[in-house]
Amino acid sequence: MKDVTFRQHTLSSGLQIVAECNPNAYSTGMAYFVKTGARDETPDISGVSHFLEHMVFKGTPTRTAEQVNQQLDQIGSQSNAFTSEEQTVYYCAVLPEYQLEALELLSDILRPLLRQGDFDTEKHVILEEIAKYDDQPPFGAHEKALAYHFQDHPLAKSVLGTRETVSALTREQMLEYFNRRYSAGNIVLAMAGNIDFEAVVAQVESQTSHWENYNTHRDTPRANPNSGFYSIEKPSAHQQYIIQISNGPAAEDKNRYASRLLGLIFGDENNSRLFWDLIDTGKAEYAVVEPSEYQGTGIFLSYICCQPENTSEILDLYQKLARDIQEHGVTQEELELAKSKVCSHIVLRAERAASRMFSIGNNWVQRGEYTSIQQSIERFQNVTVSDIAEVLEKYPLTQCTSVAIGPTRIEHK
Amino acid sequence: MQSMPWLESAAISVLVPAGSQRDPSELPGLASFTAEMVQRGCGNLNSRQFVDELDRLGAARSASVTNSHTRFSAAVPSSRLEETLAIYRDLLRSPHLPEAQLEDSRMVAMQELLAMEDDLAQKLLRELRLRLYPDPYGRGTTGSPESVQAISHRDVASHVEDYYVPENSIISIAGKIEFEAVTSIIENLFGDWEGALQSDIYQTPPRDGHHHIQHESSQTQIGIVYPSVPYSHPDYFLARSAIGILSDGMSSRLFTEVREKRGLCYTVYAMCHTIKEEGCVLAYAGTTTDRAQETLDVMLAEIRRLGDGVFEDELKRLKARMKTGLIMQQESSSSRSISMASDWHLLGYVRTLEELSDILDKVNTESINQYLSDHPPQQFKVVTLGQHALDTSGVNGGGEA
Repeated sequence: MKDVTFRQHTLSSGLQIVAECNPNAYSTGMAYFVKTGARDETPDISGVSHFLEHMVFKGTPTRTAEQVNQQLDQIGSQSNAFTSEEQTVYYCAVLPEYQLEALELLSDILRPLLRQGDFDTEKHVILEEIAKYDDQPPFGAHEKALAYHFQDHPLAKSVLGTRETVSALTREQMLEYFNRRYSAGNIVLAMAGNIDFEAVVAQVESQTSHWENYNTHRDTPRANPNSGFYSIEKPSAHQQYIIQISNGPAAEDKNRYASRLLGLIFGDENNSRLFWDLIDTGKAEYAVVEPSEYQGTGIFLSYICCQPENTSEILDLYQKLARDIQEHGVTQEELELAKSKVCSHIVLRAERAASRMFSIGNNWVQRGEYTSIQQSIERFQNVTVSDIAEVLEKYPLTQCTSVAIGPTRIEHK
Repeated sequence: MQSMPWLESAAISVLVPAGSQRDPSELPGLASFTAEMVQRGCGNLNSRQFVDELDRLGAARSASVTNSHTRFSAAVPSSRLEETLAIYRDLLRSPHLPEAQLEDSRMVAMQELLAMEDDLAQKLLRELRLRLYPDPYGRGTTGSPESVQAISHRDVASHVEDYYVPENSIISIAGKIEFEAVTSIIENLFGDWEGALQSDIYQTPPRDGHHHIQHESSQTQIGIVYPSVPYSHPDYFLARSAIGILSDGMSSRLFTEVREKRGLCYTVYAMCHTIKEEGCVLAYAGTTTDRAQETLDVMLAEIRRLGDGVFEDELKRLKARMKTGLIMQQESSSSRSISMASDWHLLGYVRTLEELSDILDKVNTESINQYLSDHPPQQFKVVTLGQHALDTSGVNGGGEA
C-alpha cells in the first residue's frame, strides 16, 4: 500500500491549497473554504453570506446557472455548499478521473456574475428556506440563544438573516460584500483522497491568477457572555425545546481536545451523564451537549427536547448534573470510554475521502495546521482527568444562557 | 458478506422480522417499544454495561424499526468484529427485558410520538404512507398514545419470542473481513438459533383519495404518491431512471422547474419507494402558503411530462451520478452492509456492485420511454399540511380519465 502524504502550496495570488493524498482512495473530495460568514456582516446585510453562497451556483460570465448544474451532474459529483458564522464552504466529491474538471468548475463559479434576474428568483428560495426553519424545531431558538449569549459580539448574528433583511438586500450590497471578503488570500482549497497534486496546483494557478488579494481582517475578540433564562411562546409546538449555551474553548485553544471529551462524557447522545438521567428514563426526548469552536472564542451548546409540563424539572436536573461535574470532575473510567469512542469514530469517518477533506480544510482554516489521523488519536489519548478539570474551571458549564421555546411560556428561576 | 480489504472497519447489520407490519392491530408501536427494551441489557451485561461495552469497542451504532424489520447496525474497527457480533447475538437471543425499566421505555416511546407531532414533514409522510400500500404495509412505526400506554411487559416478551427468530432474519457483514473466519464465528453464535415466524399477514386496502391536515405553519407541505413497480420487478431500473431524471441532482427536472426557474421552494424531490411486494413514487415539497397551489401544479405537470419521455443528455448525467454513487459505496462498510441486507430482503439475493453497474449500462432512453409510455404516471393521491387545503380537483384529469 502506498502511503498517505500531506501536501501544501500557496499560489502567487495568496490562495492556499492543502491536500491529503491517498493513492488508494476510490474518490476525491475537494472544497473551497472561504473565511467569511455571518460574523463578517453588518446588521443591514444580515444573511448576505448565505444568500451569496446560493448565488455562486448561478453562473459566471461564461456559464449560466443551468450549465453549472448540468456540468456538476455530468461529472457525477456529489456537491453542495454551506454557510456558518465564519465559513462559507463549496464542496464536491467525484471519482478521481473527474478531479480536474470538477476543480475547473468550482474555481470558475467562485467568481460569480450575480445576474439581477437570478438574484430576484433566488431571493424567494432563501425566504422559503427561512420559512422552512420557522416551522421546524427548535423554531429559531438556536439563533435567539446565540444572540442572547453573545450580545454585541460578532458571533451573535444569524446565518440565515430574517425575512426583513433578506427581502431588503440588493445585488449591489451583495457585490460589495463579495468584493470585500472573497480575496484569494482569504480562501483555502482543501482536498483529500486520490489526488494528482502537481496537476491540481498547475491548473488552479493558471485559472485563478487574476483573483485579487487584499486585506480581509476580522476582529476575533473573546466573548463576554451573558447568562439568563428566556422563554418564548410558540402556540403550535407540542414539545418544549431548550437551548443552553455556556462559554467554551476557542478554535486555537490547546484544551479543545479535553473539551471534546468533556462534551461526550457530559452530553453524548447515547452514553453520557445526561443520557442516563434524562434519555434512558424517558424524561426527555433528547439531551446532548457539544462544544463549538470559533476563532477567538467558543461555546458549549446543549439541546434538550422534553414535554412542556416537565421543563422546570428538566432544567433543574440539568443544573444539578452540571454542578456535579463542575464540583467533582470526571472519572478515569468515563474518560477512557470517551477516548475509545472518539478515536474509533475518527478512524471510521476517515474512510470516506469527503469527510476527511472536511477535517483537513477545517483544521487548516481554523489553525493553519495539518493533523494526521494518528496525531489526532494521540492528542485525544493524552488528555488526563486533570486536563478536563482545567476546562471546567475555565469554562463552567453551570453558567449558561438558556432559551426555551414551546407551547406556553415557562417561569423558571 | 463482502470483503473490503482496503478498509479498516467492519460493519454489521442485523435484521429481525419484527417490523411494524407485524404489530398486533390493537398495539401499533409494539415493535419500536420492543426494540427499546431489548437494548436494556442482554447476556451478561446490564443496561449500562451493554452501552459501555459497545463504546469500549468503538462501535458507531444505530437501531431502527422499519415496516418489515427491526434493524441493529454497528461499524467497528475490524479487530473488534467478533466481540461486537457476540453482543448482538445476546441482544437477539437473550435480552433481559428488565421489567423495572418498562415505564422508562414507555416514556421514551411517548417522547418519540410527541416529537413527531412537531416534525411536519414526518407527519405528512405518515399520512401519505397510509395511501401508498395496503395495511399493514403502509403503517408507521410509532403507534399512538393509547397503544403505547396499553403495552405490557408480557406483550414485549411475546413479541421477542415470536419475531426475534431466525426465519426471515438477515445478518449482513461488510468490511475488512475474512469469509472463513467470520463464517465460523457466525456458526458458533447463531448455528443453534431456532424459531419460526408465527403469524400470517392479513391485508386491507390502502386509504383512498386526497387529504388535508390543518396546521398553522408558515409553509404548506405537499406530498404526492402514485403506483409504480417494486425493486424486484424487471422494469424497476427503468422506473428508477425516470424518477432520477425527474429528481436526482441539481439539473433534474423538479429542481430546475420548481426551484431554479420559479423559486417556489427550498426542498423538492421525488423518489421510488419500495417494499417487497409493491412499489410507488413519492414526491414532496415544502412551500409558503400563498405559493402552494402553484407548486403543486408545477410538480404535477413535471411528473405527467415524464409520460412524454426523457432525453439522452438527461440519462447520461443520471448515469454518471449513479456510477459515482456505486463506486463511493466502496468507501463505506456501513452503507454496503445496509444495502446488502436490503437486497437480501427485497430480492432473496445480493446484487454485486458489478451487476448493478451492468444493469445501469443496459438502461437506455428507448427502454425508459417505452416503459413510460406503457405506464404513464397516473392515479395520484395528494396529501397536504398547512393553513389551507389546495385545489386537487384536476389532479387525476378532472374527470377526463
